[in-house]
Amino acid sequence: MATDKTQGLQTREARDLAATMEATRPGVLLTPPVDIFEDPNAITVLADMPGVNPERLKIDLHEGVLTITGHADASEGPNEVTGVQEYRAGTFQRSFTLSEAIDQNQIRATLKHGVLRLRLPKAEQAKPRQIEIRTD
Amino acid sequence: MIVRQLNPWGPNWNHPGSAYAQMRRDMDSLLERLSGVPADGSAAGVFPPMNVSEDPGHYYIRALIPGIDASQLNVSVVHQTVTVSGARQSPEEEGVSYHRKERAEGAFSRSVTLPASFDGARVDAKYVDGILTLTLPKPEAAKPRRVTVQTS
Repeated sequence: MATDKTQGLQTREARDLAATMEATRPGVLLTPPVDIFEDPNAITVLADMPGVNPERLKIDLHEGVLTITGHADASEGPNEVTGVQEYRAGTFQRSFTLSEAIDQNQIRATLKHGVLRLRLPKAEQAKPRQIEIRTD
Repeated sequence: MIVRQLNPWGPNWNHPGSAYAQMRRDMDSLLERLSGVPADGSAAGVFPPMNVSEDPGHYYIRALIPGIDASQLNVSVVHQTVTVSGARQSPEEEGVSYHRKERAEGAFSRSVTLPASFDGARVDAKYVDGILTLTLPKPEAAKPRRVTVQTS
């Protein structure tokens, strides 16, 4: 199974999740696609969660595991008959393991147009440091 | 560029209410749960995934296009064909290194052929929480009409 270990952040695969978690509400469980990138000060996670509004989004940090959960309701009206169904509404969920290299008190989340943006600032000791080389 | 044409009521698609269509959806759902891979086409590189539905007065097309500016979306209606196109670009990030890039990116265009012609001016388009919803009022001729059976 592919997992990538970046400094401070590890993505848990859907299969790991399925083993530890059972669906507790009706609807499908979806794994949102994510982009993860790193700059000297922070790691940023972008997750596609269309149909989720801020009231239905939960971000949970527990024992170093950051879990994002968002519910999207079906937008079809009661009288609608479906002709083509390429997606279904459901619950988006994905977890990430954080190391101590992340300043867990400074995590910021914004949700716009169905994209969640999580900024995970690095703790001071994890930032790259320029070491001055002195010549005598 | 992803170009794909959908023809929901054409010969290649099952009637929405048919038992076969329902069985296929159930099968997709089962496979998805077992494999963890979405059966919604997103994994197959089709973007954006679309749902097409109807009620007695309207057709509805919904497309999942998260994280785009409404001004970057083009919706055009020519006779029976509705085309949604645009480009999804991640904002340029300076000096970062990527660890994962799973989100679809780039130009896209998808067309849906519906069983009736539409007046583009009456099509309503909304973009909320990353979902584009097109509401197309059916022309009078396409609406179900009750015919009284007379007995002599």
